[in-house]
Amino acid sequence: MQFWIIQGLNSLSLGGLLFLLSSGFSLIFGLMRLANLTHGAFFMLGTYIAATALRAYDGLNLWVTALAAGFAVAALGGVFERLVLTRLKTNPLGQVLVTLGMSFIISDACLMLWGGDSIPVPTPRNLQAPTRLFGFVFPTYRLVLVGLAIVAAVALYFLLERTRLGAMIRAGVDDRQMARAIGIPVSNLFTIVFCLGAGIAGAAGVLGGPILSAYPGLDADMLPLALIVVILGGIGSLLGAFVGSFVIGFIYTFGIALFPELAYIILFLPMIFVIAFRPQGLFGRVGA
Amino acid sequence: MRWITAALIGGSLLLPPFFAGDFYINLASQILIAAIFALSLNLLVGFGGMTSLGHASYLGVAAYISALLTNRYGFGHGAAAIISISGTVAMAGFFGVIALRATGLGFLMITLALSQVLWGLAYRMSNVTNGDNGITGLTRPAPFGISLENPVSFYWFALIVATMAFVMMTIFVTSAFGSSLMGVRDQARRMAALGFNPWLIRWITFVYAGFWGGISGLLYVYYHKYIHPTSLSITSSAEALLGVIAGGSGTLGGPAVGAALVLLLKNYASAYIERWNMLLGLVFLFIVLVMPTGIAPGFSRLVAKMRGERIDDRSRA
Amino acid sequence: MTDPALEVINLKKAFGGLAVTQDVSLVVRPGERRLIIGPNGAGKTTLFNQISGDLRPNSGQIRLFGADITGLPPYRRAHCGLSRTYQIITLFAGDTIQHNVSLALLGLRPSRWQIWLPMSHYRDIAVEARQALDAVGLLHLADRSISDIAYGERRRVELAIALAQRPRVLLLDEPLAGLSNAERTTVKSLIASIPRETTLVMIEHDMDTALDLAETVTLLNYGRVIVDGKRDAVIADERTREVYLGT
Repeated sequence: MQFWIIQGLNSLSLGGLLFLLSSGFSLIFGLMRLANLTHGAFFMLGTYIAATALRAYDGLNLWVTALAAGFAVAALGGVFERLVLTRLKTNPLGQVLVTLGMSFIISDACLMLWGGDSIPVPTPRNLQAPTRLFGFVFPTYRLVLVGLAIVAAVALYFLLERTRLGAMIRAGVDDRQMARAIGIPVSNLFTIVFCLGAGIAGAAGVLGGPILSAYPGLDADMLPLALIVVILGGIGSLLGAFVGSFVIGFIYTFGIALFPELAYIILFLPMIFVIAFRPQGLFGRVGA
Repeated sequence: MRWITAALIGGSLLLPPFFAGDFYINLASQILIAAIFALSLNLLVGFGGMTSLGHASYLGVAAYISALLTNRYGFGHGAAAIISISGTVAMAGFFGVIALRATGLGFLMITLALSQVLWGLAYRMSNVTNGDNGITGLTRPAPFGISLENPVSFYWFALIVATMAFVMMTIFVTSAFGSSLMGVRDQARRMAALGFNPWLIRWITFVYAGFWGGISGLLYVYYHKYIHPTSLSITSSAEALLGVIAGGSGTLGGPAVGAALVLLLKNYASAYIERWNMLLGLVFLFIVLVMPTGIAPGFSRLVAKMRGERIDDRSRA
Repeated sequence: MTDPALEVINLKKAFGGLAVTQDVSLVVRPGERRLIIGPNGAGKTTLFNQISGDLRPNSGQIRLFGADITGLPPYRRAHCGLSRTYQIITLFAGDTIQHNVSLALLGLRPSRWQIWLPMSHYRDIAVEARQALDAVGLLHLADRSISDIAYGERRRVELAIALAQRPRVLLLDEPLAGLSNAERTTVKSLIASIPRETTLVMIEHDMDTALDLAETVTLLNYGRVIVDGKRDAVIADERTREVYLGT
């Protein structure tokens, strides 16, 4: 019984982390029609930053680190978007290829800077003590992650549904040409959304650090998950990313626990089915 | 002009065994293998308009099947090759049905996902594939009793296969079917209205590309006498894609040139720079930003400009 | 009683909440020259797209010479004798005109599956292609690239491609759109000279020029058939006036 509960919580916390990771991916894909293959690398960068910063400065706050890393990665994303992606507006395939290239660059840079060993990220001290709930013992940090994901979801919802920026983003997602025609600065919007997506990924990397640790190949592990979540949940749909994240969180966690050899098949099968039979995902719109 | 270039390249391919040392002959063999792989990918990318990030699946699966059959189950090379290619083609047929449910980005992602599944399987099913250790101690075949152990004989073998591959793929692309393939690439809807079956045309091309990908996989495992999950990785597919794009997806021979360049870069770079992946990424950025149509078209453009001719960028067989 | 060349039975199509084809029924007899007119947004091209198979109707039937083609994909309909031209020219831009027409001829031949021999091996295709180009007066441009010729000439190539297959039913989607007066006259006479073996169904937005080509007319508005019948009767009909002048 303990096994199921623990795996259940692990699924929830992974789901929360996935939401933080894939919300950015979904936004970028939805607005810019770009499958940002660098997204995993952005996440990994955050984790490595956390690993170094938190080990070097003992009392450093995890949340502050997350924010700082988020901004740093956002800045990097912005530079990349402005210098490279904007030049490839007419070449969607080229855009995908440069994001792939960028992911190689970032992951190799991490390997160069931090070496090949896995670096654990310390859990914040005040969250190290386990929580007792209903007679079961839960790692506190994982519970907090779930809560954070919910907070982030609400914040993003608020941003998209209640602010002017959000309205512009939604307009751009629905109909780019029309949005441009009515004066929405789509190209600036692209930069903003790309930075936002990258930044969230970076921050998510920091927050995922205590659970995942920083290691080479983290980007290759996380990117497919983001891809699957977004495809499953529907492109450009925040709700889809939210639901999809937890569905995948459960599938992945229980899959790895019960059938480790078939982990990849279990993961990718839903994605393949969705693309093949319901391309708009669970919540997305057709024609993405 | 084309004939001169072709003759020059063809001629130079005959030189290594006579003038080069073992290291370079081996390098040349590797180039031939990479060229076949890139040419097969270009059937999809350049002529079919279907960009795949999972082509390494066919190279890897053919290699693994051959390795397992000869190493684990005592099959002869001939039988192993036949089974391996048949299996690879069957897999291509199956993958094609799934992947061709989508076009463009969706197709790209499905091919990526499928190859990741295979990569993951190769890594985790260690009792079958030996996981991260790979399968070692493999042998090369001895067709008609001729040993391929020394670099020169292997090179001739690879050259014969590569020439056959090039000729057959050229015939395929310049055939009536090839014309219909390129038509579907350019105006699928119109082609359907004209009576062509776009899905079937794409699927047949997909399977044929998988076939030659498998052939390159066999050559690969024969050459290295070793197979490892990395051959199935995204990096492997990405290198091939880079070769195709860098060389020029719009031409018949361009991808081979591009593949050669990528391989040479990899070999020389790894002597000086530890970080091949980073270099690969930078080269990707460079090629896509600066030379999106690739080197071969860039070269023929230069020639055309010098002659005052018009420039046409699309794939012409 | 022979089967009608084209029969559309209670066709319905809606995109979400928007109904674009509302219970449309048509009967076109073999050899007929039918013109479909209607204001912008009436659903004319959507109707064509359903007939050619590019769009699936929500309900209803389409019959070609009595055979039910409703479930057939576009390429199968071509083999049943259906051909069409497009509002927006979708030719193979980088290729020669002759290649464009040859490809059209290849579409119905089994040799399109030939993975060994090039298309040039089939001399009869080249001969027929040049004949088709000659029929539309473009033989002298056969070896030019599509991107090199004028818009009016491209429309004629479209026509040549559609006619090359000797279709039993030809759908012409705004064949006169964007043409100068001189070009219009040329294309009109080309359309008028199409043999009776081919049944013609045309969409034209510009009524004045297209009416001479029509024997029967169908007026669509908001996805519905408003008036349907012989040309003169439809023109004189009050409802036609209503639709176009809003009285």
